[in-house]
Amino acid sequence: MRKEYDVIVVGGGPAGSTAARFAKTATNTVALFERDREIGIPVRCAEATSIQDLERFVKIDPRWVATTITKARLISPSDQKVWLNLPNDGVILNRRLFDNGLAEIAATQGVEIFTKANVYKIVSDGEQNWEVFVRHLDRDYIVKSKIIIAADGVESRIARFAGIRTQTVLKDIESCAQVLLGNLDVVENQIDFYFSSRWAPGGYAWVFPKGNRTANVGLGVNGAYYKRRSAIEYLDDFINEKFPEAARLTTVAGGVPVAKSLKKIASDGLLIVGDAARQVNPVTGGGILAAITAGKIAGLVAAQAIARNDWSVNVLKEYQTEWDKNVGKDYARFYKIKEWMTELSDDELDEIATLLQKIPPDDINIMTVFKIALRNKPALLLEAIKLFAQMI
Amino acid sequence: MIEVNPDCCDLCGTCISVCPKDCITLTESRLIIDDSQCNACQICVRVCPFKALRLVE
Repeated sequence: MRKEYDVIVVGGGPAGSTAARFAKTATNTVALFERDREIGIPVRCAEATSIQDLERFVKIDPRWVATTITKARLISPSDQKVWLNLPNDGVILNRRLFDNGLAEIAATQGVEIFTKANVYKIVSDGEQNWEVFVRHLDRDYIVKSKIIIAADGVESRIARFAGIRTQTVLKDIESCAQVLLGNLDVVENQIDFYFSSRWAPGGYAWVFPKGNRTANVGLGVNGAYYKRRSAIEYLDDFINEKFPEAARLTTVAGGVPVAKSLKKIASDGLLIVGDAARQVNPVTGGGILAAITAGKIAGLVAAQAIARNDWSVNVLKEYQTEWDKNVGKDYARFYKIKEWMTELSDDELDEIATLLQKIPPDDINIMTVFKIALRNKPALLLEAIKLFAQMI
Repeated sequence: MIEVNPDCCDLCGTCISVCPKDCITLTESRLIIDDSQCNACQICVRVCPFKALRLVE
């Protein structure tokens, strides 16, 4: 470990590895600190994304893809099934291998990666540099850095040291639990979303096949709908009813921010990316693509700032501008859809499912059909359906 | 104060994302609550996916 770097990235998920990769140039120094012992685990993710969109950022290694998805079903509280044909090539990733792969690409560019490296404090040295306090294996280090890229996930504590409030309110967090189930009879190219207050109040339950008779089965409960039951208790009920014969291979917990993206994602010497910046599609909870999009922009802006010898907010705010233009403005609209969806009662969900079932799966995106079919905010519903079909 | 059950805690950090007092921290192996800062609002208890947090008198 060096005594100083031009850029330090905190967190080795997709946002952090991508930011590090694009921040590294032939002449600068970049380090990435990951708290866990291995990049890519634990996998706190349902692992669904769109391969076409990913390919814009990285050459896909076939080992990263567990299954290809062509069909989706939205299942209502009374078990009505609405079929969707997916417009993109949907995939369920092997996040462990995917995250490993992204970190490897960064390392190949010359990024220095440290695991078991817990950044517990950052302090400005008063001269436009950061002092980064990191515990690595059994030792404490203070490392200097010009720019910090905070990719520290849902907990998002790094930015708070710089005075940026990242706390999320209860209605903007989904409390999630997921089990990898084995010994399952599932259709391999089809994913299911269950909407019901019985299974997942203010969220949904998912069944995403991963091949070899396995599937990610999980659910998210909205924090505002807490009724003294935790996500894992809801998930137990769901699995016991739907898959009583299945083997439970791994169990993970996780929080998904379904918030507006942070207002301030760039300040002097600091960029915030991925879950830490609440860059998640608030309707679906999908965050992989947003993380990589933000990571690339942030990395490029950081590299440019180092090259220009100016890493003040005046230069770094370019990241904010580009994010807002490319994704942020869409997500602001999606947030309104999420606010509407979480408030739907089971009866309303069933009513919507009944109407949607009359529409052929391929036509389900047609605006006019919805205008005829639905009295209640058809535009919002249409967009919501599209988002699930795109898997992002 | 809020007590962590280390047998249930999955170290996912969801509680940290909602803590208004910013008094929860995570190392590679454990969750730590700073009792001197905590006001026992129990927001963390509500979002914990594994019921690892509870209020104790």
